[in-house]
Amino acid sequence: MCLAVPGEIVSIDESDPLIRNARVSFGGMLKEVSLAMTPEATAGQYVLVHAGLAISVVDEDEAAQILKDLEQIAALEEAEEPAA
Amino acid sequence: MKFVDEYRDRDRVRTLTEGLRRITTKPHTVMEICGGQTHAIVKFGIDELLPEGVSLVHGPGCPVCVTPVELIDKAIAIAQRPGVILCSFGDMLRVPGSHIDLLGAKASGADVRMVYSPLDAVKMAKKHPDKEVVFFAVGFETTAPANALAVVQAKREGLKNFSLLSSHVLVPPAMRAILASEVCAVQGFLAAGHVCTVMGFTEYEPIASEFHAPIVVTGFEPVDILHGIFLCVRQLEEGRAAVENEYVRSVTREGNLSAQAIIKEVFEVTARKWRGLGEIPASGLGLREDYAFYDADRRFELTGYTAEECKECIAGQILRGLKKPHECLAFGMRCTPEHPLGAPMVSSEGACAAYFRYKRHA
Ligand code: SF4
Repeated sequence: MCLAVPGEIVSIDESDPLIRNARVSFGGMLKEVSLAMTPEATAGQYVLVHAGLAISVVDEDEAAQILKDLEQIAALEEAEEPAA
Repeated sequence: MKFVDEYRDRDRVRTLTEGLRRITTKPHTVMEICGGQTHAIVKFGIDELLPEGVSLVHGPGCPVCVTPVELIDKAIAIAQRPGVILCSFGDMLRVPGSHIDLLGAKASGADVRMVYSPLDAVKMAKKHPDKEVVFFAVGFETTAPANALAVVQAKREGLKNFSLLSSHVLVPPAMRAILASEVCAVQGFLAAGHVCTVMGFTEYEPIASEFHAPIVVTGFEPVDILHGIFLCVRQLEEGRAAVENEYVRSVTREGNLSAQAIIKEVFEVTARKWRGLGEIPASGLGLREDYAFYDADRRFELTGYTAEECKECIAGQILRGLKKPHECLAFGMRCTPEHPLGAPMVSSEGACAAYFRYKRHA
């Protein structure tokens, strides 16, 4: 129900700000999505789409940072391993 | 797919499960609130990767599952009126009412349609000016902005034939209800990432400190979920109870302010009855007086609807995390996705359907 899927904005129709429709690609499948709640979104960015509406712009920097944090968990493990 | 594949990566999953094993010294019970996470956990077998003592219980986060029977009966009654097109999300159409479900109503002549977005229902109203188009609007905070936007668009376009039957529910009051109940098995929570994408997570801060329960805002892919569990268990081990955000690629502390503004414009907080949990004060959204014209409840003057929940169904205990689906005597026998007795067997996000589908009986 609260499923939201990341897709890449291909093009934006700016003619109506309340609708602000965009064509969004989900792994190649194109769908019409409203960007009315993500006024900052631009073509090429990824948005999380739920029920035909983008609810956020995916933050690429934060995404990369988290994956780095995970590497730290792995590094910690390797450091501890010999002692165990 | 970008932002999906990297969160299903085996090595990362292994790093997290090993990390979790390393930090766990005692038993912990964590509840995932969101049905989408329940589905992913059972599908990917994440609960089987956890160290002994760490267990997951499934929360009430499936809006379809918590919609009370009488509301489904109401939707069916509206659909059966002449000149009405009733639309909703697919899952909603198969939830059993007192006698039939919406698909049953469709089979006997009612115009019931599945839509992907409430904005499609608005388009349908525009296309069929001679029909009353009613959108059965269920959902948590995640879905509220789309539903609010549909109402605002209908108003702007001057559509007189569009209305909402609202069954909107809010997550934080349900979490409080679970934590405050005398029998509470839950020590920490994974908060629903998409609800928080819209609302942010300031609402959860007082809950974490009041009940001394860590709450980790968590995404939906295996790596997200394991990371959420890792952060939650780490807090439990350290005796902390803070709100942490694992789903930083989508969630900020403040959330989506445009989305919150349109929710506030259209809806107000009301008491709401939850299937299995009963009425919870200030736990739902209903249309504001300014938008009363779009309220299907008022337009169709539906009163006097009460319905009994199926006696055999233990959905209430499942939604509170007290029992698992296979502990229900009807599970897989009298109750299956083809013939569901209760809502958790209908929606793919319901715990019972997830257990049934992925053949998990223990
Ligand atoms: S298995 Fe069916 S009857 Fe039992 S709790 Fe789940 S939905 Fe209800």
